[in-house]
Parts: sequence; structure tokens; C-alpha cells
Amino acid sequence: MTPLHHYLILSALLFCIGLAGALTRRNAIIVLIGVELMLNAANLNFIAFWRYGPHPEAATGILFVLFSIGIAAAEAAVGLALIIAIYRHYKTTNLDQIDSMKG
Amino acid sequence: MDPVFCILALVTAASAIAAVSLRRLVHCALCLVVTFVGLAALYLQLNAQFVGFAQILVYVGAVAILIVFAILLTRGSDSPPQSIFSSSWVVGVGVAVLAFGALAFSVWTSSVIYRPAPPAPQPTVRELGEQLMTQYVLPLEVIGLLLTAALIGAVIIAMREGPARHKSESIAHRPLPIPHPK
Repeated sequence: MTPLHHYLILSALLFCIGLAGALTRRNAIIVLIGVELMLNAANLNFIAFWRYGPHPEAATGILFVLFSIGIAAAEAAVGLALIIAIYRHYKTTNLDQIDSMKG
Repeated sequence: MDPVFCILALVTAASAIAAVSLRRLVHCALCLVVTFVGLAALYLQLNAQFVGFAQILVYVGAVAILIVFAILLTRGSDSPPQSIFSSSWVVGVGVAVLAFGALAFSVWTSSVIYRPAPPAPQPTVRELGEQLMTQYVLPLEVIGLLLTAALIGAVIIAMREGPARHKSESIAHRPLPIPHPK
């Protein structure tokens, strides 16, 4: 059986890959992909702690992850709609060129 | 060390790195799908079958398709001419490496690594459904309301702006003006 800290290290690695992607890429869609990776790393942590916790028979961790997946889906839908609206306005998704708040 | 976990972790981490570093956006989206499938397999390894299949349904089935739609609608499938990384990419990579160092250090020095695994639980879908309908019914309703509001908001944000966007949508999007009788 894989020990708990392997899952935690993998989750931290995924989180930091997502963070690096969100901070370094120019394209807004890749930034959103990075945010999704960070949310998934948090979900992996939830499941790992639920499995190795003192009371795995209570399904609290699973239900929390289900709600977290629902919130991530809402975030993805609104984020992509915002990207499409910004693209229609600026004709680009390059974040270095989207630098004014005035319409 | 479990070889299944090693393979899954390698595939997941490598495809995650590819998803944020490849040049073409469509390749990024495909690598993201591989990452999601690897995470679902890890959930199955952890005895969370329902979450694994929910992950495949929601992420591979819906979120990845949404991302592909956004790539197509923003004409992101062409390869960008200039550099794909922003001008301050050194700072971003530095922050990410620092964060990983801090997280890994705190995991290695904590007492959690000595914790033995308890016997494997087998939560059935029936138990999960009963808990969702009894103990967690209020969060379930709130999530439903949030999803409805988010989807309506997404449609309104992404709706095409008409020529007269201050008037109501039915007037702005009427295909032909009704001829006025003389």
C-alpha cells in the first residue's frame, strides 16, 4: 500500500505545476488550465486524507470532493465565458496585451 | 513502493507539465485530459470509486470539452508567433518552485508519514446517496443553485453583443424590422 506522503508530494507537485502555468503563460486559456490543475491537486489531497484518516467509514471526504468538483465546474464555465467575452472585445487572448480596464 | 502508483504518478505529472508548457493549445487540452484520467485512476487506487467516475464524467466529459470549445472560439489553435511565456516568467517559476519546496518540506517533517493505512473502506453509492439526501441535503441544494446561477451567468457573459445592446435582447436580435403600415 502506498504511504500517504507519496500522495501528498504528488499533489503538491501538481499544485505547483498549475501555479507555474498560471503565472508564466501568456494565453488566458492556459492560465485557466493551471487553475483547474490546482483545484484537482486539492481534490487529490481530500481523497488521500479521507482514505488515511482515522474515520474512513464516514464518507465525508468523498462528499466534500463531490461538492468541490461541482464548484470547479461552475468556475470553468464562468471563466471560459469571460475569456470568450474578452476575446470578442480585444481580439486576443494574450494577457500581456490586455492591460486596460476601460472598455 | 507500489509500481502502479509510480506509473500513475509519472503519467499524471508528465502530462500536467506538458499541459502548461506545450506550444499549441489543442495539444495542451489533450494533455490535460490525460492528467484528469490519471487522477481518476489515482482515486480508484484510493478506494474512492464514485469520485473517480465522477471525475471522468465532469472533467473529461465536460470541462475538457468546454476548454476545446473556448480554444476554437478564440482561434487559439494557430501557433502563436511570439514567445508563449509572459515577460515575467522567471518570477513565476521561482514562486512555484518555492511553493513546492515549502510544501514538500512540511510534508516530510510532519508526523503524518508514519501513519499506517486503516483497513480499506468500501463506501457504496447507496450510502453516498442516502447521506446526500439526508445529512448533506442543504449543501446539495446550494451547489445546485450555484451551478444554475453560474450557467445562466456564463450564457449572459458570452452572449454576442448586438448593435443596440442597451435595448432589450428581443429588439436587438430581431432578424427583420416589421414594416410600418402607411
